[in-house]
Amino acid sequence: MVKKIVITGNHAAAYACKSAGVEVVAAYPITPQSPVVEKISEFVEAGEMTKSNTQFVCVESEQSAISAVIAASATGCRVFTASSANGLAYMFELLCWAAGSRLPVVMCIAMRGLGAPWTVWTDHQDAFSVRDVGFMQQFVESNQEIYDTVLMSYRIAEDPRVYLPAFVSYDGYILSHTMMPVQIEDDDKVSKFLPTLKPHTDLTNMGTRPGLNPVTPPDLTVRPEGNTPGYYEFRYSMQKAHENAFEVIEEAARDFAKIFGRSYGNGIYKAYKADDAEILIFAVASVASESRGVVDRLREEGLKIGLISLKLFRPFPVKYLREAFSKANLVVVFDRDIGYGYEGILAYEIKAALYPSENRPIIRGFIVGLGGRDITPEDLIGGVKKAVSEKDDRNVQLATHTDFIGLKLDQLGFKKGGN
Amino acid sequence: MVIKVKDLPEEEYILPGTRMCSGCGLQIAYRWALKALGPNTIVCNPASCSTVTGGVGGYTPIKVPVMYNCFETVAAHASGVSAALAAKKKDKEIVVVAWAGDGGTYDIGIQGLSGAAERRSNFIYVCYNNQAYMNTGIQRSSATPFGAKTTTTPIIGKAQVNKNMFKIMRAHGLSYIATCATGYPQDLFEKFKKAREFNGKGVRYIEILSSCPPGWGHKVNESVEVTKKAVESGYWPLMEVIEGKLVISNPSKKYIDKSKRKDVRKYLKMQSRFKHFTEDDFKVWEEYIDDLWKELGWELEKQGDL
Repeated sequence: MVKKIVITGNHAAAYACKSAGVEVVAAYPITPQSPVVEKISEFVEAGEMTKSNTQFVCVESEQSAISAVIAASATGCRVFTASSANGLAYMFELLCWAAGSRLPVVMCIAMRGLGAPWTVWTDHQDAFSVRDVGFMQQFVESNQEIYDTVLMSYRIAEDPRVYLPAFVSYDGYILSHTMMPVQIEDDDKVSKFLPTLKPHTDLTNMGTRPGLNPVTPPDLTVRPEGNTPGYYEFRYSMQKAHENAFEVIEEAARDFAKIFGRSYGNGIYKAYKADDAEILIFAVASVASESRGVVDRLREEGLKIGLISLKLFRPFPVKYLREAFSKANLVVVFDRDIGYGYEGILAYEIKAALYPSENRPIIRGFIVGLGGRDITPEDLIGGVKKAVSEKDDRNVQLATHTDFIGLKLDQLGFKKGGN
Repeated sequence: MVIKVKDLPEEEYILPGTRMCSGCGLQIAYRWALKALGPNTIVCNPASCSTVTGGVGGYTPIKVPVMYNCFETVAAHASGVSAALAAKKKDKEIVVVAWAGDGGTYDIGIQGLSGAAERRSNFIYVCYNNQAYMNTGIQRSSATPFGAKTTTTPIIGKAQVNKNMFKIMRAHGLSYIATCATGYPQDLFEKFKKAREFNGKGVRYIEILSSCPPGWGHKVNESVEVTKKAVESGYWPLMEVIEGKLVISNPSKKYIDKSKRKDVRKYLKMQSRFKHFTEDDFKVWEEYIDDLWKELGWELEKQGDL
C-alpha cells in the first residue's frame, strides 16, 4: 500500500529493503548506521517480511556481516547490509571479494568520519576510502532519495550487463537520524520496476558449479575442455561492467520516474540552476543539499551560479560531467573528505575528468566539515566568493596547498599553517 | 558400529587430479567426509591447503559446489549460505560445510566461528588440523603442539602448548562435536554421517588430525600410520560430545587405561619436526597426555561411564 510516513534516513533504507523483498540481511551495529538493522530485525520479528521469507543473520562483526551476505548472494538471494566508518573499513577485504565475485550486494553507508581520533559525526571519508574496491557508488541528499536509490540499486546491480555490488551513501545524523516525509511504494508497483533476481551464481544448482573464486592464474589457461580466463581478464570484465552501468542507470532512472513520478536528474547527477551558470558548485550528499540554498542566495546577488550534485561517483561519469561543465568558467568543489597529502577527492577527480575539455574551467577546491564540523551557508558563500575573486590570479591557480573552510585554529592558539 | 569398507558408497566426490601433495592427510579426510555427506552438500572454503585442492582457474576435481572465501570468514560465509537456504526453504535437503584449516579455525577465524556457534547458524564446521600454516610454508599456528619446529619456530621449536579448541567449542554448548584422525577413515565417515543427521541443530564441530608429510617431516607413505600412532599414544583421543555428553570413540576407548597407551615417542620420532627433542621435551608431552586423560576420566566418572 502506498503511504507517506515521516521517518529517518536509516528507516527509509530499512523500508526500501522491505519493499525490495530482500531475502538475507546480515549486519553489525555501528553508530550512526545501527537503526537500519534494528528496523529490519523489527520487520522480521513482527512477521512483516514473510513474503520473501527474510532471514536476519545477527553477526558478531562487520567482517562477518559482509561475508554472510556475499555467501547468501552466491546462493541466489537478494541481500542487504549496512555500515559506517570503522565498520566499513573492517569490511575492506570482503568488499573487494563481493565485487570480484560480481555479486549484486546492495549496501548502505551512513557516512561518518574515520577514527582516530574517535568521531561519530559525518564526513565522507569512509565512503571515499573504499573507492577502488569495485563497487558502484552513489550519494544521496534526502530520505526519499535513500529509499528510491536502494530500489534503483537492486535493479542496476542485478542487471546482467552489470552484476556489480553497489553502495548508497548518506550523511550520518544529517540524514540517518533526521525525520523527513518518505513515500513508501506499493509492493506490486515496486515489482513492476524491480524484476525478480536472476542470479548468475546459485550454489544450490547442485552438480553444475565448478568451484567459485578458485585460485586464478595470471594467464589464460588453455585446455582440451576449453579456455579459462586469467585473473587479468576477470578484472577487465569488472571495468567493462562499470562502463556498461551508465546506460543501465539511465534506464533505471527513466523507468523509476515513469512508474513512481520521482527522479534525481538522470540518475547520474542532479543539476540545479545550472543551465545558464558560469559558476558551478560541485559537491555530493549533505554538502550538495546545503549548496542549493547557497545558489539561491548568490543568484539574488546577481551571480550566475548553479550546482552539479553528483549522485553517481563510481563508475565516474566523465562523459556526463564534461557535458555538464561545458559552459562554466569556474567550478567550486566542496569536499567533505580529503585525499591526504593531495587535496579533496572530488576536486582532483573532476580536474582529471575535465582536463581534455575544450573550454577547461578554472577548478578551485575547498575542504569542509570533516568529522561533523557544521557547514554553514556562509562558509560555502565565503568559499565561492574567494574562488571568484581569485579566479584569474595565476599564483592561486598554481598553488599546491589545500584550503580548509571553517577551521578554528586561532581560537586554539595555532599559527596559520602550523600544526 | 563401524561401517565396513565394502559397504562404503562407491561414488567419489573428489576426482583424481587434485593439486595436493603426495601423502596429504587432507585428501583422505576430504574424500571420506564427502562420501558420508553425499551430493547435496555445499562446501565453503577459506584460504588453506584445501583451496589448492580445488584446482586452479575454473576446473575442479570436487564434484559438489564449493565457494572459496577469505581466510577469516568461513564460518560467517557458511552462515550466509545456510541463511539463504533457509530463505529458499532448501535447508533440510542441503547440508552446508565450512572446511577450514587450523590457522583458519584456531587463529584468524575463531571470532567468526564463535559468533556462528553462539547464534546457532546451521552448518558443519570442519577443522582439518595439520598443526601449522602448511599452505604458506609451515609457519606456527596456535594449533602447533609444544616443541614442534616450524619455519617461524625454526631453531628451538614452539615454546607453548597448543590451544585447546575442543574445550573452546564445548563451551559454546554445541549439539555435536567430534574429533577424528586421518588414520581412522571409517570412524571419520560415521562421525560425518552423524553430524549430517544433526542438520538444523546449529553448528556441528568436527576436528580432524590431518597428517602433512612436508610439514611434519614424515614419509609420504606414513600418513595413515602417523595419526594412528597419535591416537594409540593417547595424544589424540577420538571422541564425541553429543548434546553435551562425552563419548570416547571405539578406537580410543582402551586408552582410558593408561597402561594400554603406547609410548608417545613412537609418534614423535616418526617426524622430523620433533627430531631435536630432549628427554625434557618428551616429558612435557607425556604430562600433556596424562593431564588430558585425567580430565576426560573425571568427566566420564561424573557421567557414570567409568
